[in-house]
Amino acid sequence: MGYFGGFSVTFRQHGPKNRVTTQYSGGRMFRRKKRSAKKMDVKIDKPERLHGRHVLNRYEDGMEKCIGCELCAAVCPAKCIHVRGADNNPTSPTSPGERFGWIYEINYLRCIHCDLCVEACPTEAITETKLFEFSFTNRQDAIYTKNELLVDSSGKPQQLDWEDWREGEDKNTSGWMRATAASGDANFLGVVSWSGELGHGVRAPEDKSQ
Amino acid sequence: MIALDSLLVDDLLWAPLLIVLVKVLIVFVVGLLATMLMVWFERKAIAGMQNRIGPNKTGPFGILQTLADGIKLFFKEDLFPTRADRFVFALAPFLSFVPAFLSFAIIPLGGDFRDGSSGEVTLFGQVTRIQLADPPIGVLFALAISSIAVYGIMLAGWSSGSKYPLLGSVRASAQMVSYEAALGLSLACVLLLAGTLSTSGIVAAQSTITDWHFISTGIVPFVIFLIAATAELNRPPFDLVEAEQELVGGFNTEYSSIRFALFYLAEFMNTVTMSALIVTLFFGGPQPLAIGNFVFDIPLLPNALEGTVWLLAKILVFLYMYIWFRATLPRLRYDQLMDLGWKLLIPASLGWFMLLAAQRLGRQNGWNIIVVTGISIVVLVACYVLLQAAITRSARERETQGTMF
Repeated sequence: MGYFGGFSVTFRQHGPKNRVTTQYSGGRMFRRKKRSAKKMDVKIDKPERLHGRHVLNRYEDGMEKCIGCELCAAVCPAKCIHVRGADNNPTSPTSPGERFGWIYEINYLRCIHCDLCVEACPTEAITETKLFEFSFTNRQDAIYTKNELLVDSSGKPQQLDWEDWREGEDKNTSGWMRATAASGDANFLGVVSWSGELGHGVRAPEDKSQ
Repeated sequence: MIALDSLLVDDLLWAPLLIVLVKVLIVFVVGLLATMLMVWFERKAIAGMQNRIGPNKTGPFGILQTLADGIKLFFKEDLFPTRADRFVFALAPFLSFVPAFLSFAIIPLGGDFRDGSSGEVTLFGQVTRIQLADPPIGVLFALAISSIAVYGIMLAGWSSGSKYPLLGSVRASAQMVSYEAALGLSLACVLLLAGTLSTSGIVAAQSTITDWHFISTGIVPFVIFLIAATAELNRPPFDLVEAEQELVGGFNTEYSSIRFALFYLAEFMNTVTMSALIVTLFFGGPQPLAIGNFVFDIPLLPNALEGTVWLLAKILVFLYMYIWFRATLPRLRYDQLMDLGWKLLIPASLGWFMLLAAQRLGRQNGWNIIVVTGISIVVLVACYVLLQAAITRSARERETQGTMF
């Protein structure tokens, strides 16, 4: 009766016992602030390496990491990243080095969250948070600009109005779990560790007097 | 005029006309509601079988999800492909949608059929049935209408001017023509026992559980009917018409907006109608469950309404069954589908029909029923062996000499 065994398999799956998803209902219920609503509104913990919405990181001194090299745009299979670099103002540089990311836009209607941009980035400027629940009401909102992607001075992503942030979704967003040599640094080969909130390998700005 | 309703036999009066209108309205609204709830039920039940939750945001338990989907589809852009045959392309959804509702008209939706009652009720001084129409051709009407529904799918695929819909519709027509035969032959077993084509007559003939045709015809016709009906409905595991992995979306690939919604609606309405038809033919329709003289009677409810409750309960079982099929069974390959239809279901239903006919003839002429059955079975087995020999030989010829055999 192997053929009919399948019917008992599917029938036994009914009920909450086997369920992997929770009955969470999204930000709408969450914002009502009712206790019962909040109790229903629990999301399961996300995997540490979930590919969510991107952030653009800064160094500890507030300098942007992006150098406008456009490698992320080049590697993007969905062609959703638009970057244009520009020369730093020598007196007040935006990023260490010659160039900085002048325009940085990601179109989230096209992004497939493959994380190739993160791998391609030589300075770990672009990384991903664990937020995947952000819906927009128009196409303009779907294109995140540099202002929205940049982290604040403490290294935390900006929480925009239409995004449903939960506990822990902005943890360890500045780096990635490095099982391989990050940025070509041989010291990290095979070492699994997270970089700090403000990125790994703090790099001092270049001496302005030079 | 009796073909329309027994109400209209005599003079045309306002009251009967009004009753007919109200019945039409009720059947239409109930049909739409049933479809809406069926879509929700299917999504919810199949989610349960796949360890998911299913729709849960719109309304309590997500019950309004279908409504939201419908509204969304209604406001979407209505596209015509440039290579489409515009008139046929616009017509096809309605050819699919209208028959789905028409065949629901002959299902007895309630009424007191127990102990040989006729199932008629008196409304405003008029004797009528809880059934939109009770034509004497009854079940044949359902078969005819379900054949017309094929045109909707076929023309939709053909007029799209695109290859995948065309492939889907070619599959649909071949599949439906093949399984219509098995459907009709297993239906003939029921008609043989009931002695009438009228659906209310068929229901009235099934007063106790042993009279229910799925038992009195010996289960085999019911099983064949269920399989053939699933194939007729293009539901999994027979959904080759819209095999997503092979044909994008099948016959309705090029459709959008409300035209797509009509196809969707028709598909689920057909499922509801077919379940109702199965219940009517094999499970006594609005008849309560009765074992011998004991009747499971729902107290405090008039018998006529109780029939509706029983019908709904029975339909629900079959709706669940279709969902269960979908969750469990993988899709058949096309040649497997044709083999099952032509080499198994049609011979089996034909053989079973012959067996029942022989028994009936024997009973009428007072022959020994065991001898009649024995001889029939021997003849049928001989026929089956011959059929298998023919199939095997033609398969061998095909291998050696090409596809002409």
